[in-house]
Amino acid sequence: MFGNSTLTEFIFGRLSWQAIPYHEPILVVTFAAVVLGGIALLALITRYKLWGYLWTEWFTSVDHKKIGVMYIVLAIIMLLRGFADAIMMRIQQAIAFNGNEGYLNPHHYDQIFTAHGVIMIFFVAMPFVTGFMNYVVPLQIGARDVSFPFLNNFSFWMTTAGAIIIMMSLFVGEFARTGWLAYPPLSGADYSPGVGVDYYIWGLQVAGVGTTLSGINLIATIVKMRAPGMTFMKMPVFTWTSLCTNILIVATFPILTATLALLSLDRYVGTNFFTNDLGGNPMMYVNLIWIWGHPEVYILVLPAFGIFSEVVATFSGKRLFGYASMVYATCVIMILSYIVWLHHFFTMGAGASVNAFFGITTMIISIPTGAKMFNWLFTMYRGRIRYELPMYWTIGFMVTFVIGGMTGVMLAIPPADFVLHNSLFLIAHFHNVIIGGVLFGLMAGIVYWWPKAFGYKLDPFWGKMSFWFWQIGFFVAFMPLYVLGLMGVTRRVSQFEDPSLQIWFIIAAFGAFLIAIGIASFIIQLVVSFLKRDQLRDNSGDPWDGRTLEWSTSSPPPDYNFAFTPVVHDHDSWYDMKRRGYERPLGGFKQIHMPRNTGTGLILAALSVALAFGMIWYMWWLAILSFVAMLAVAIGHTFNYNRDFYIPAETVTTTEDARSELLAERT
Amino acid sequence: MQSLIKFVGRLFLFVSFPALAGCNLVVMSPSGDIAVQQRDLIVVSTVLMLLIIVPVIFLTLFFAWRYRSSNTSAPYDPEWHHSTRLEVIIWSAPLAIIIALGAVTWISTHKLDPYRPLDRLDAERAIPAEAKPLTVEVVALDWKWLFLYPDYGIATVNEIAAPVDVPINFKITASSMMNSFYVPALAGMIYAMPGMQTRLHAVMNEQGEYEGLSTNYSGDGFSHMRFKFHGLQQAGFDEWVARVKAQGTALSRDAYLKLEKPSAREPVRYFASVENGLFDAILNMCARPGQMCMSEMMHIDMAGGGGAESHDNRAKLEYDNRHADDAAHGEAAPGATFPATGNPARSPEPAKGIDAPHQPTETPIQQNMHEGHTTPGSAPGGPAAPQMNQGTTQP
Repeated sequence: MFGNSTLTEFIFGRLSWQAIPYHEPILVVTFAAVVLGGIALLALITRYKLWGYLWTEWFTSVDHKKIGVMYIVLAIIMLLRGFADAIMMRIQQAIAFNGNEGYLNPHHYDQIFTAHGVIMIFFVAMPFVTGFMNYVVPLQIGARDVSFPFLNNFSFWMTTAGAIIIMMSLFVGEFARTGWLAYPPLSGADYSPGVGVDYYIWGLQVAGVGTTLSGINLIATIVKMRAPGMTFMKMPVFTWTSLCTNILIVATFPILTATLALLSLDRYVGTNFFTNDLGGNPMMYVNLIWIWGHPEVYILVLPAFGIFSEVVATFSGKRLFGYASMVYATCVIMILSYIVWLHHFFTMGAGASVNAFFGITTMIISIPTGAKMFNWLFTMYRGRIRYELPMYWTIGFMVTFVIGGMTGVMLAIPPADFVLHNSLFLIAHFHNVIIGGVLFGLMAGIVYWWPKAFGYKLDPFWGKMSFWFWQIGFFVAFMPLYVLGLMGVTRRVSQFEDPSLQIWFIIAAFGAFLIAIGIASFIIQLVVSFLKRDQLRDNSGDPWDGRTLEWSTSSPPPDYNFAFTPVVHDHDSWYDMKRRGYERPLGGFKQIHMPRNTGTGLILAALSVALAFGMIWYMWWLAILSFVAMLAVAIGHTFNYNRDFYIPAETVTTTEDARSELLAERT
Repeated sequence: MQSLIKFVGRLFLFVSFPALAGCNLVVMSPSGDIAVQQRDLIVVSTVLMLLIIVPVIFLTLFFAWRYRSSNTSAPYDPEWHHSTRLEVIIWSAPLAIIIALGAVTWISTHKLDPYRPLDRLDAERAIPAEAKPLTVEVVALDWKWLFLYPDYGIATVNEIAAPVDVPINFKITASSMMNSFYVPALAGMIYAMPGMQTRLHAVMNEQGEYEGLSTNYSGDGFSHMRFKFHGLQQAGFDEWVARVKAQGTALSRDAYLKLEKPSAREPVRYFASVENGLFDAILNMCARPGQMCMSEMMHIDMAGGGGAESHDNRAKLEYDNRHADDAAHGEAAPGATFPATGNPARSPEPAKGIDAPHQPTETPIQQNMHEGHTTPGSAPGGPAAPQMNQGTTQP
């Protein structure tokens, strides 16, 4: 028997049947739904013989456009998971009064708020942002792909692998109960034994590889692959914000990786970086994680600012006001975002001068942000504003975001932060800027670039429904949280004693339901638009009378993006080309050099899921095997010389002729 | 100036949140001078920022309406994209606000530094020369608060009392988790961290019973890590101290080590005496027999380190793992997930070692505590029944 149990332990590590939450009705139902949905999806794919298509056209694709779309699909799927967590928390807090424990015990509730934060930041906002940058940046700078197409595919699959690791914790074992930044000592081995924090660490580490590499890739792309004539000061603003974001990614994600690596060492091999023992210092972790964490906020919001800049100029029919000051504002924000991290813990007891320094640097960020706000405002001034969907989101953003900015500056005053820190006021503040800033920007981006990606516009009715439910739902859900914060209510509490608070939580829960309708409307919008795609079709490639280069090519763009690399003379190159009476070249096409698809990225990512699973459950053999396999596959890939091919000139001619016909039909 | 701020503050409350008239916005109407000044800062900064926020929101909506494409009477100037004069304004307007706010921040951060001893009782009164501040040592335990009164040799769990208009010096630490000590009506929060001491200086100006809580998530029992703060007149406070002495038991190291074990929803407890040096031992993480104090370790390190012999000290400096040992004996660590808790994944049972919620019959005191502004002096039966003070943590 003894031998048997060591063998079991050797094979399965800490994994046992107990890890499967079959006695938890919420999870069993979720699991059943996931399994049934998964089977139905797999059956449909098999029925329509789509496996080959998916494999060759999508999974192994190194085309930046397809990878961008896959990132956004990942983000939308994870948004549903993250929002499910949100609504569970809102219901729990709305009912857990007067001794009622609600339907979630702390053991479960603590995992839900941790998962909500982790998923929304790392697996919703990040893939959304990376997806947009991937899709749009090469098109905006007149390039045919990113600098390192294989790396791009690998990055995407590593991000997906991270998401899969986090999702596994739902059905195998448990997730962390530490809050989304896993502060030690709570997240250390002594206070959080078990798999929760390990799922957290490995999910983020694997996804972090993807994020860092994609940052390097996009910096190289923007610096080296701009069309001739596009100097830095002629780049579209979205490309500028992407450049700054990727610099932030490359500069800060290694800090996250190192910090989590130190935490892993504490947990796995018994070092004492962040423990209370032997001179370890948890405060160091808090500093390190926020040195990554604060720039992360700008990693998310800068691309959203870029999207708003494109949208507001396009739909006002006017060049962006103050392009240069917009660029400088972005760069200033990028640099300042490194020297504000301490404002996340004024209450940790730093001296007054240190606190005041970080408080003031934080406030200074609001100057370039304010300048940006005015730039958008004066772009609208003397414009001809067309109220298409992206513009709705932009106006909604401008009104909502300034409120979040204001409460942010309040939190930046250390003595005021002492009474507001960690309260629901803080929660309301950062949802105000992340929903009102990042998410509204991403939604604007989806409706703005959808016709470019798929050749048809999105249905405006369901789009407006989605906008209004999100906008109103946001205010109904988060204004009560501001009030509760002023009533001294803190975050991450699962049960309350004071019955006078309940009404506010009920209002907030109602707001969350309005947002749920907003999300449902968005999904319906996608489905309805797909069904009505022939009515919504745009053959021009330029449905919004756009201003930047992505609108000069067809929708969806051909694999090679541009038959001839465009030459840039001014800002808003496509607008400039249209104004000068640009004629599309109709002949003289040459063969085009393109990168070849490869499955290596997917295989490496799958192996890293196995590696992470082995490490999480102490199945050392699995971890070692998959690590060795990863090395072998990676080295093997370097011997793959079949990496590129030429699109023959005839194919380019056929594609371009087809487009000429479509364009001719329109006129 | 002060009255102006007060006036604006009221205006702000009544104009911005008419619906809130009935609810207790404790952060906006606190009872201690420090919290009052912090409230004033919120009001001042909000008003300063509204100077720019309101025009921006107004202009956004106005431009959005005026320059709509159907309004052909509005001017349209597609090439207009630069104006040095406007650029100067849009950078300098926020700059001006931030210069003002930055000055306010620098001054107030120094003036309201929680480590700085008070220089006034409230806006009108300076600290009387003969006033002796009250020292309270605060320990955040898993998941209850221990308060030690070194001047009186007493200690309490989950209840503080302090005389009004007497400066209070808090010295704050924790046993294992990072928590945050916060009495919203009294003053802002400050983290309570193991092996470290943070400080807070505050004064309560009005009699009454106030809520206190931990505001930094610390694991399973965090939601119930609340306590009452009683602001009393000097006579009432003396009476309270006498009652603690009369009803309390002794807080020896052993009693502390029992108390320190994770438990949630602890009732109020009184300790009539406290073993000498207990707070220092907790702060230096050597309350457990055989532990080496951090101060001693630092002393060794300062003297150049212990060399090879220091290896022998290793076990004495291991502190966190005492909970891991407990796990083997049926007590789960604060954030433990499966399999370390032994509970199946996401089980409805609380983690082992966490007390089940108390039955109502066990907590008559807690119910008394909820009757509005009853002070302990007037509460029938006193805040803690003697049977609660048997020196054990497991009821």
